[in-house]
Amino acid sequence: MSKRIVYREWLIQPERYWGLLAMLAAVIAIGGAAALYMEHEGHWVTGMTNSVVWGLPHVFAVFLIVAASGALNVASIGTVFNQPAYKPLARLSGLLAAALLVGGLLVLVLDLGRPDRLLVAMTTYNFSSIFAWNIFLYTGFLAITIGYLWTMAERKGNHLQRPVGTFAFLWRLALTTGTGSIFGFLVGRSAYDTAVLAPMFVVMSFAYGLAAYMLVLMTSFEWDGRPIGGKILKRLKNLLGLFVGAVLYFTLIYHLTNLYGAKNTDFESFLLIEGGIYTLMFWGGWVLVGGLLPLGIIYHPRLSQDRNWIAAACALVIVGGLAAMYVIIIGSQAFPLEMFPGKTVLSFGAPGDVGGAVAPYTPSLPELLLGIGGVAVAMLIVSVGIRVLQFMPESLSDKEIDGLAEPV
Amino acid sequence: MSREVDRELNPQRRRFLGAAAGAVAGGAGGVGAAAIGALTAASPERADAAPRTEPVSDRHRWGMFVDTAKCADGCTACVDACDQENGLNLQAKPLGDDKAKWQNQRAVWIRKVKLQDKTSGHVTNLPLMCQHCEHPPCVDVCPTGASFKRADGIVMVDRHTCIGCRYCMMACPYKARSFIHEEVDQKLTRAPRGMGCVESCNLCAHRLDNGQTSTACADACAAEGHHAIVFGDLKDPNSPVRQAMAKQPSRQIREDLELNTGVRYAGV
Repeated sequence: MSKRIVYREWLIQPERYWGLLAMLAAVIAIGGAAALYMEHEGHWVTGMTNSVVWGLPHVFAVFLIVAASGALNVASIGTVFNQPAYKPLARLSGLLAAALLVGGLLVLVLDLGRPDRLLVAMTTYNFSSIFAWNIFLYTGFLAITIGYLWTMAERKGNHLQRPVGTFAFLWRLALTTGTGSIFGFLVGRSAYDTAVLAPMFVVMSFAYGLAAYMLVLMTSFEWDGRPIGGKILKRLKNLLGLFVGAVLYFTLIYHLTNLYGAKNTDFESFLLIEGGIYTLMFWGGWVLVGGLLPLGIIYHPRLSQDRNWIAAACALVIVGGLAAMYVIIIGSQAFPLEMFPGKTVLSFGAPGDVGGAVAPYTPSLPELLLGIGGVAVAMLIVSVGIRVLQFMPESLSDKEIDGLAEPV
Repeated sequence: MSREVDRELNPQRRRFLGAAAGAVAGGAGGVGAAAIGALTAASPERADAAPRTEPVSDRHRWGMFVDTAKCADGCTACVDACDQENGLNLQAKPLGDDKAKWQNQRAVWIRKVKLQDKTSGHVTNLPLMCQHCEHPPCVDVCPTGASFKRADGIVMVDRHTCIGCRYCMMACPYKARSFIHEEVDQKLTRAPRGMGCVESCNLCAHRLDNGQTSTACADACAAEGHHAIVFGDLKDPNSPVRQAMAKQPSRQIREDLELNTGVRYAGV
C-alpha cells in the first residue's frame, strides 16, 4: 500500500490569518463599492463606449474563468492521468478552481448593464447563444468541482474519484472551449472569426491556471512552514514551461492564419506593428512577459533552481495572461469593423465619429477596482477554505512524494 | 350570433388558441413574451384589420433600399429625423463626462457614413442603421432572447429581458447598436429607453404598428427632395422598395456573411 497522505488545516498564526482576511475584505469592499457606483451612475463613468463595449472588468473576468478551469488540471493529472505525485495537490486544485470561477463570475455579473436582472438570465434562455450555454457550463463546473472535492475528502466517496474526476476534466474542457467560443463565433469581427480561439483558450487556461495554482501553493506552504520538495516543484515548473510554450505556439498559429487571409492583414498590422498600446501589450505583455521571460526562467540552469524565481515566473505568466486578455478583448474592439473593403471611411456619422479610426478606450479606476475585487474574492474563498477544512497536505517533501510513487 | 360574424371570429379564436399554446410552449423564452404580447393585442371585439388588433405576421418583410447616388454630402436629414422620432435628441451628456467620450456613449440609431474608394477616389455617402438581417448575429448570441426578430423582419430588443451584457454589440457587424450608458430623464412613450439596456433602429415599429408604412428617415429624405431612402415591404413586388430595387443592382453590406439583410444599397 502506498503511503497515506495527511491533510491539515492552514495553521498560520491567528493575527496573520485575520490580518489577511481583513485586507482581502477591504479590497472586496472597495470593489463592491466601485460596482455599486458604476451600477448607480451608469456605464458612462467607465471608459467603455458603444465601440469598446467590454472593458477592463471583462479582462479580469475572462482571465479568472479561464484560470479557474486550468487550476483544476492539477487534480485531473492526479486522478485522471494517474500521476501519484499529483494526488496530494488535488484538493487545493479543486478549491482554487471553484474560487477563481466565483471571483470571475462576480465580476462578469456586476458589469452587466442590469445586474438586478440576473434572475432573468437564469430563467430565460436562448440556446443558440454561447452565453446561455456558458451559464450552465459555469454553474455545472461549480457543482461538479464540489462533488469532486467530496470524493477526495470522504472515504465513502473515494471510489468515485476517478469517474467524477474524468467527468470534471471533460467538463472543464467544454467550459474553456465555450469561453473561447464567446469570441470565436463572432463572425463580424476580424480578430475573432476563427475556430483556433477555442483551443487557444484551453491551452491558455492550462498555463494561467497552473501559474495561479503554483503561486497559491508556494505562498500558503511558505506561510505555514510546510515543506515543498524540489522534486514536485520541478515537475510543476516543467509542466508550466510546456504550457507557456504551447500558448506561444497557438499565438503564432493564430496570427499566421490571420496573416495568410488577405482580408485580415489590416488587423494584423494594427495589432503587431502600429496599434500603440495594443501592440505594446501584445509584444511586451503577451509574448515577452507572459511567454519568453517565464520560459527563460523555467529553463535557466541556475534560476530554475531558485524558488523565488519560479514564483516570479508564475507571476509573470499571470501578468502576461492579463495582457493577452486585454489584447484579445479590448484590442479587437478598438480596431474598426471592416464593413467597406477597398474603401476609406472618411466619416462615420456625426456622433461617435470613430468608425474609421481606432476607438479610444482608457480604463477607469472603478473598472480596475471591480476586477481586483474579483481576484480578492477568489483569494478570500481559498484562505477561508484551507483554514477551516483539510485541503492542504502536511508535507510535499521529496520523501513524501517518493513514498507516493511506490508501487501498490 | 349570425353565421357571418361567426366565420369572422373563428380565425380570431384560432389565433387566440395558437398564441396561448405558444405562450405555454415557449414560456421560458422570449417567444413566450412575444406570444403573450400578441395575445393581449388580439382582442376578440376587434376582429377587423385595424391597426394594433392583429399580431405581427410574416406576410410582410419590412426593408429599405438606399440609392447612395442620391444621398447628399453634408445632409443629415435622416439622422435628425430619427433623433426626433425616437427621442434620441432628448439624451443629455451626464455632468462630468468627457465630451468626446460622450459622443461615442450616446445612443445612435442611424449614422451618416462617408466613404472614399481607395483606387478611384470616388466619394460615397450613405445612411447606416440596423440592417435587419434575416439571420441576425445579435439574435443568435443574446443569452436571454431579448434581442429578437419579429415575424415581419424587424430586429429589435425586448427591454424587459435585456440584461445589458452587450454581447449583441460585439456580434453586430454594422456597429448598429447602442448601450444606454446614463440615467434617462426624458423619453417618448413610443420609444422607451432605460439605463443599462441595448437598443437600435427598429424601422419605426411604432409607426408600422399604427398602420403607417414609412419611417422617419425615409420621410425626411424625401422631404429634402433626395429620395435616397425607400422604405417598404420586400415581399410585395409592387411596393415602392421593390420597384426601386428592380431598377438597378443593389448589394448588402458585408455580403460575405450571408445575413440576407433587409437594407440594401446601390452604388457601394
